[in-house]
Amino acid sequence: MTDLDFSKKLTPWEIVQVARHPNRPAIGEYIQGMCEDFVELHGDRAFGDDPALIGGFATIGGERVMLIGHRKGKSVEENIHANFGMANPEGYRKALRLMKLAEKYGLPVVSLVDTPGAYPGLDAEARGQAEAIARNLTEMAGLRTPFVVVITGEGGSGGALGIAVGDVVMMLQYAVYSVISPEGCASILWRDNKKAPEAAEALKITADSLKELGIIDEIISEPQGAAHSDPGKAVDNVKKAVLKHIKALQKLDTDTLVQKRYDKYAAMGR
Amino acid sequence: MGWLTKPADKTAAVSTEAIWAVCPACKAYVPRDEWNNDLRVCPRCDYHDRLTCRQRVTQICDSGSFVEINADVSVRDPLKFADASGAYADKARATVKKTGEGEAILTGNARIAGIPVVIGIMDFRFLGGSLASGTGERILLAAEAALKQRQPLILFSASGGARMHEGIVSLMQMAKTCAAIARLQQARLPYISVLTDPTTGGVSASYAMVGDVNIAEPRALIGFAGRRVIELTIKQKLPDDFQTAEYLLEHGFIDHIVHRGEMKRFLEKVLRYAAHGVAECI
Repeated sequence: MTDLDFSKKLTPWEIVQVARHPNRPAIGEYIQGMCEDFVELHGDRAFGDDPALIGGFATIGGERVMLIGHRKGKSVEENIHANFGMANPEGYRKALRLMKLAEKYGLPVVSLVDTPGAYPGLDAEARGQAEAIARNLTEMAGLRTPFVVVITGEGGSGGALGIAVGDVVMMLQYAVYSVISPEGCASILWRDNKKAPEAAEALKITADSLKELGIIDEIISEPQGAAHSDPGKAVDNVKKAVLKHIKALQKLDTDTLVQKRYDKYAAMGR
Repeated sequence: MGWLTKPADKTAAVSTEAIWAVCPACKAYVPRDEWNNDLRVCPRCDYHDRLTCRQRVTQICDSGSFVEINADVSVRDPLKFADASGAYADKARATVKKTGEGEAILTGNARIAGIPVVIGIMDFRFLGGSLASGTGERILLAAEAALKQRQPLILFSASGGARMHEGIVSLMQMAKTCAAIARLQQARLPYISVLTDPTTGGVSASYAMVGDVNIAEPRALIGFAGRRVIELTIKQKLPDDFQTAEYLLEHGFIDHIVHRGEMKRFLEKVLRYAAHGVAECI
């Protein structure tokens, strides 16, 4: 990592390493740096409380919002507790509960995405990982309140998308967003997981490529040397971008907002 | 001694495969004419073999009622993707040629026991029934047709998940198709999902799992993550019935497991409730 030269254009595989950097700001730092106030809300009201996906009432630059996001740990203990940001179905169901609450109270949703993927476990399957994500996708599409998404680190497939259907989707400069990990893709399509750099290239998972493809709306720049070298600055850039879009989206009437969101996703891949 | 050295008359020989089929599930040799019935269900163990979308049309839709829509929506290549085995565009072209289908789902207008519906049927032969931009577009347009015509939507899933060759664009089809399903929900139009073998990954985690009524075929593989991935993650052996239709029924994610021979009748029964007040001929 130390030998990355940020004055040059990084390769997609290098960007994957930056996106996964252990010192990259995680949700705790965003809450600390972005919010004047945060009231965490726990539990999905059906099974439990998932520490891998957290949320609650937050005030960002005077704006009251519902903040949700994956939680990666900053220490081994926190990572084990938060399952490395890999949520279980109860995490997605808690997120949905909070989105519906935001809709009820007229609060915009701010979603911070940073996960390797939804947790692939026996219990997760038994409790309906697929159903939980599918339900969220369906509900987010029609949610009658502004919804702003920032991919801050790893946007790992369905586990990321499960909280990421928004009116505005932004990515930090060195974040990645992909249908499958480069390693996973390489082991299937190249039959060799050492070909991950090639897969990372072919999958077009960097912010630049995704902007070009029309998948994301805006790239949030990172400080020199990437977010981990100056977390405070990175968090501040995210805060500014989020606030700008919340204010703009709140000017739209709700029918227009929801129609525009539908049109945005209907056009994906056309 | 000429009969010893003379090669056997080729035209008279009948190969074993022509007479016997091996059931992929129970491995029993079954006379091919018994196996090749209309249903393609093993007469010994009841295994439901994978069907092509056109075979499914014959089984489910009233004879002659199916009319394909949006056949012109076909495979796109937004990433200009190529892997170790070559260009995706070439692979897709070969698949279109082999299957005679333009994408991994066939959509159209049809009638089921006289009830007009919009129906979509996935075909696993088409790149593993994978969900990509063309697939997602056909599903969205089918849902919009159902909305416009005020008719129920029925989707038969058979898919390994999102198509890697279209990367993030494939992932977005999960959101796109669910947005279309959400509109039916708001318009109070029925959406019935039928999960067949296999329905996994991004398809199980999008439109397949959010039917008003979720129906599965017996023993169909249904799940989010791959079995091997889970075993590697949790480092323990999974139960034999893990991710089967029966497992999902037990865990509350499927309303009913329906044998293929009963599928049309069951759909008709559900539609008589679901499309009550929607379709004119109920």
